[in-house]
Amino acid sequence: MQSIKDWADDRLAISSLAKLVKKKEVPIHRHAIWYYFGGMTLFLFTVQVVTGILLLLYYRPSSENAFESVQFIMTEVKFGWLIRSIHSWSANLMIATLFVHMFSVFFLRAYYPPREITWVSGVVLLFIVICFGFSGYLLPWNKLAFFATKVGTEIAGVVPVVGHPILRFLRGGDDVTGATLTRFYGFHVAVLPATATVFIGLHVMLVQLHGMSVPPSLSGQPVKKMKFVPNFLLRDLIGWILAIGVLAALAALFPWELGEKADAFAPAPEGIKPEWYFLFMFQTLKLLPAKIWKFDGEVLGILAFNAVALLLFVVPFVDRSSENHRRWMVFNLLGVVALLYIVVMTIVGYVT
Amino acid sequence: MTWFRPSWSNRRGTLPRLLFLLIAVLALFTVAEAQKKSSCIECHRRLDDPRLSTPAKLFANDIHGSRGLSCNDCHGGDPNDDSKEGAKDPRKGYLGKPKKLDIPAYCGKCHSDANLMKRFNPSLRVDQEREYYTSVHGKLLKAGEERVATCISCHSVHGIRAVNDPLSTVYPLNVAQTCAGCHANADLMRSFGIPTDQFEKYKSSVHAQALNQKQDLSAPTCNDCHGNHGATPPGIASVANVCGQCHARQAELFQTSPHKAAFDQKQLAECVTCHSNHAIAKPSDQLIGTEQGALCTECHHTGDKGFIAAGVMRSRINDLIASIDKSTSILNRAERAGMEVSKPKFELKNATDALTHARVMIHSSSPGEVEKIIGPGLEVSSKGYQAGLDALAERRFRRAGLAVSLVFILFLALLVYFKIRQIESRQSATE
Repeated sequence: MQSIKDWADDRLAISSLAKLVKKKEVPIHRHAIWYYFGGMTLFLFTVQVVTGILLLLYYRPSSENAFESVQFIMTEVKFGWLIRSIHSWSANLMIATLFVHMFSVFFLRAYYPPREITWVSGVVLLFIVICFGFSGYLLPWNKLAFFATKVGTEIAGVVPVVGHPILRFLRGGDDVTGATLTRFYGFHVAVLPATATVFIGLHVMLVQLHGMSVPPSLSGQPVKKMKFVPNFLLRDLIGWILAIGVLAALAALFPWELGEKADAFAPAPEGIKPEWYFLFMFQTLKLLPAKIWKFDGEVLGILAFNAVALLLFVVPFVDRSSENHRRWMVFNLLGVVALLYIVVMTIVGYVT
Repeated sequence: MTWFRPSWSNRRGTLPRLLFLLIAVLALFTVAEAQKKSSCIECHRRLDDPRLSTPAKLFANDIHGSRGLSCNDCHGGDPNDDSKEGAKDPRKGYLGKPKKLDIPAYCGKCHSDANLMKRFNPSLRVDQEREYYTSVHGKLLKAGEERVATCISCHSVHGIRAVNDPLSTVYPLNVAQTCAGCHANADLMRSFGIPTDQFEKYKSSVHAQALNQKQDLSAPTCNDCHGNHGATPPGIASVANVCGQCHARQAELFQTSPHKAAFDQKQLAECVTCHSNHAIAKPSDQLIGTEQGALCTECHHTGDKGFIAAGVMRSRINDLIASIDKSTSILNRAERAGMEVSKPKFELKNATDALTHARVMIHSSSPGEVEKIIGPGLEVSSKGYQAGLDALAERRFRRAGLAVSLVFILFLALLVYFKIRQIESRQSATE
């Protein structure tokens, strides 16, 4: 046994890696709870990969067969309903934990030097996950997904100059058709997973390289530390086990609906709304007046959201230390306003 | 290096030639414009008397105007002459306003000429005038009665629009109102001995609802049953043919049913006897059977063959309705519980189709034929009910499975928790 271990160690440097892992510590303080959300997001992503691969065994990506294949998964395949419902619920929970993770990093200023690239890679992952959600939503080829994709791609098409080429690229033509489905399938199971793997690798590597960030508000105070392996990892494990319980309960009690098959000639269902994570943007565009001064209200709204998305990338390069108290306050205020805006607009979107 | 020059620039005098060509084209347009001149419209539009000015104003939207025709194409005369006398000179073919008796021939001058009509609309029929004289309107006009409808009574005059134009007086949605212009006029109809309640009755009918509320242009209006140019009320002998244009299967079944001979013998108008005519209501299952309100009991009495047949057919239809309701209810319950039942729900549509088919089959008056449809319908419906039961059983299985899984998951979480405590107490002991 020892000789096998030595053989593997010579080739894979396992003992060096083990030493590195043993050395890794996690700071323990009153904000330490937020450290768990990154790991939870990664765990849910793993659930997505596993359930996604299982769904691929039966899913057929064409406008003629997609709906029927998902229907087959839900009714004929043993525990197919469970796999699909977990995939859908886990996707939503992953986006929720990702938002929590992003806002906790923002408010705890975990992006301060030297962690700027960790933040940037995290923002890229946020957009990749949103693209996962948008592309995956169409794949069952049901009525709601069809019209939500139509509206979603139309919104992209409103952007001046590049809008129409983007719309055609996304749809694979001028309309949402089987070509769009095939394209979204390609993004969902090949392009996005490959890109996500690269950025998750970078993100996790940078977290290991720089270690866990201690919030600046605790600087100067003695901070206790906990070993990552096994203490913190076992705590993470409890969270993951409980997450499996929550997913199982959601899947059994509220199986993900399939709805009616998409029909391009049918009228759009009344009161059509996007998934909850797009709702605040959708609601904003609905509330904007048709014209703001000389400009189209919808175009301005979309450009504003694009600008905010770009601003997210530059946050760690503008706010670099807690010494500038005024800037600290401004960023806190911006974070609170953004959070409140998202929550309020999402609620308004659901209620109206 | 002259290869890049355009060929026209190599020749002398090209520019003057081009200018000449341009002037020639402009001159041609001016001549064409002058030919389109209509002194009739220019003059009539300015007249104070609306009787004289309205035709000129209306003509702007007239289909004939849009196809390049003008006043002189119907009325004759010279539209290029600005003087009244010159424009309305009989020597220049001026005809003036036609007499009512002459109107069909006046329109037919062009509309009965196949060669001429091809130039404007090759698919347009050219037998309207001939057909008109076979109608009640045409026959009366020929006999000298001037109070009947002619072409312009329905199509209007001077502001005539294409039949498929929603503003046309003969567009499907407007036909009933157009006919009612005369046929709902009690003073006018009194001398002809015709009732005037058809329009009111029609407005309450299932046909009018389909046409006006659902905007279903295939739903019948006056001309679909009575004909248009050859308008004649269908008699007892032909009423089934009229309804059978759309309700072909019902008409076919009726022809082979025992009712056919009985109706013929009693001189009853086929479809109309049970369904009425202008006020035709949406048929319901209450029309058939032996209960109060059922039409069958108006002719059939307890114990006779028809009475028994009506009772059996109604009872089997009720069985299928009850079975479909039961299956729909359980499938909806399963769906509300989150179960995927779209496939059995879709298949249940076959039972609903069977119900519709059975309701049509009633026109055969044969309980045996109706049963051939009801039987398979009930089978489909039972399968739907079973699918609903299975879905609810599956739901119970899932919930039980969830309970077991949650116990296991919580147990596992507790195990990890105690492991952490064990590790950390060992760590604090060593520190």
